[in-house]
Amino acid sequence: MSLFSGKNLDYLLGPLSRNNPVLVQILGICSTLAVTVKLENALVMGLSVTAVTAFSNVILSLLRNTIPNRIRIIVQLVVVAALVIIVDQVLKAYAYEVSKQLSVYVGLIITNCIIMGRIEAFALANKPWPSLLDGIGNGLGYTIILAIMGFFRELLGSGTLLGHSVIPQGWYAANGGGYMNNGLMIMPAASLILVGLIIWAHRAKNKDLIEK
Amino acid sequence: MDRQGNTYTLLYSIILVVVVAALLAVVSLSLQPLQNENKQNEKRQNILSAIHVTSSAETASKDFNQYIKEQYVVNSKGEQSEGDAFDIDVAGEYAKPADQRQLPVFVAEVDGAKKYILPVYGAGLWGPIWGYIALNEDKNTVFGAFFDHSGETPGLGAEIATPHFTDQFQGKEIFDNTQLVGLLVVKGGANGVHEVDGISGGTLTSKGVESMIKSYLSYYEPFLKQR
Repeated sequence: MSLFSGKNLDYLLGPLSRNNPVLVQILGICSTLAVTVKLENALVMGLSVTAVTAFSNVILSLLRNTIPNRIRIIVQLVVVAALVIIVDQVLKAYAYEVSKQLSVYVGLIITNCIIMGRIEAFALANKPWPSLLDGIGNGLGYTIILAIMGFFRELLGSGTLLGHSVIPQGWYAANGGGYMNNGLMIMPAASLILVGLIIWAHRAKNKDLIEK
Repeated sequence: MDRQGNTYTLLYSIILVVVVAALLAVVSLSLQPLQNENKQNEKRQNILSAIHVTSSAETASKDFNQYIKEQYVVNSKGEQSEGDAFDIDVAGEYAKPADQRQLPVFVAEVDGAKKYILPVYGAGLWGPIWGYIALNEDKNTVFGAFFDHSGETPGLGAEIATPHFTDQFQGKEIFDNTQLVGLLVVKGGANGVHEVDGISGGTLTSKGVESMIKSYLSYYEPFLKQR
């Protein structure tokens, strides 16, 4: 079987849209709401989660036949927690600015339901290579949604993208224009509305996903 | 061995924990020097940004030595004492009673004029906030300010760290004649030499900045009154 056969490719690409962890499985909503005020934070958070899902899937897939069933969840937690700590330490040493931006959210990756969900549902029953693809796919599926939300929330809420101003200063009410940043967009409530709108649009395109 | 038996489970968990602990210890120890250096460079950058010097992590050490001419420690009575101001952990000093704290002072020279840079530290809404206030040679007019935080709300309280907020402090005065008033962070329509505009949606953090500045300047008050 080649490395990127149809089935393997499906593990990688499926979670990007048809089987998206956020839109279809409604997992990882908590951090989706919390870290999407700025696009940059959303992107780095998404990539950190991708790294952790990918590695934890591979490691647990390698260990899957040795793990005693009764302490299965504990073993998973230890591995995920260790990976998150390593990601945090590496960011602090080599990408200090970014790690400051993310502050507490890096530690909170441990609680991301997608990671435990993929380990339980996939890595424990599959070989390391498909598990790696599945981990990367799900991480990227999560990253895409975070990026879309970060884009709209930062643009409409702060008038910037990745920290650069994109709304001309002259448009603002303070400078004689008629435009104001939407304060609702930087509140958590806005992300709930946004994620709802994204799910709506996604279901409208993929009619077979609509629940009866 | 029976994979579901007690002995196997116990051994498995012991080995797993030992391996993970060893791995984390190695990672932590090997990255520590880099992390400490990052922290020190960040501190240098922060101190420099209070006097409007933008420095990158690579040049922080050089710029710091170039601008900061003198550093010393004062106590709550304003007496100067020996000590390396840079190595003082302001957060650690904050936990001590006010009269036992060691208060660092950095003296910078910008375009031939002396600037005093004083650290401030206090509580925001979610966690600690801190910063540096640079005063002109008269020890009254603010030359620049820098603030940072550990976990204020992005887009709201976290805005205290942006130039949009800190630029307002330049030219403000902390004394009204001989009375220390600090700098007041007000809701809309700041006017006069003691007031700056707060952040909409970040009122509690703004108030935290105000009380942090007020309390720290009062610790430094004896030092500031030596003219």
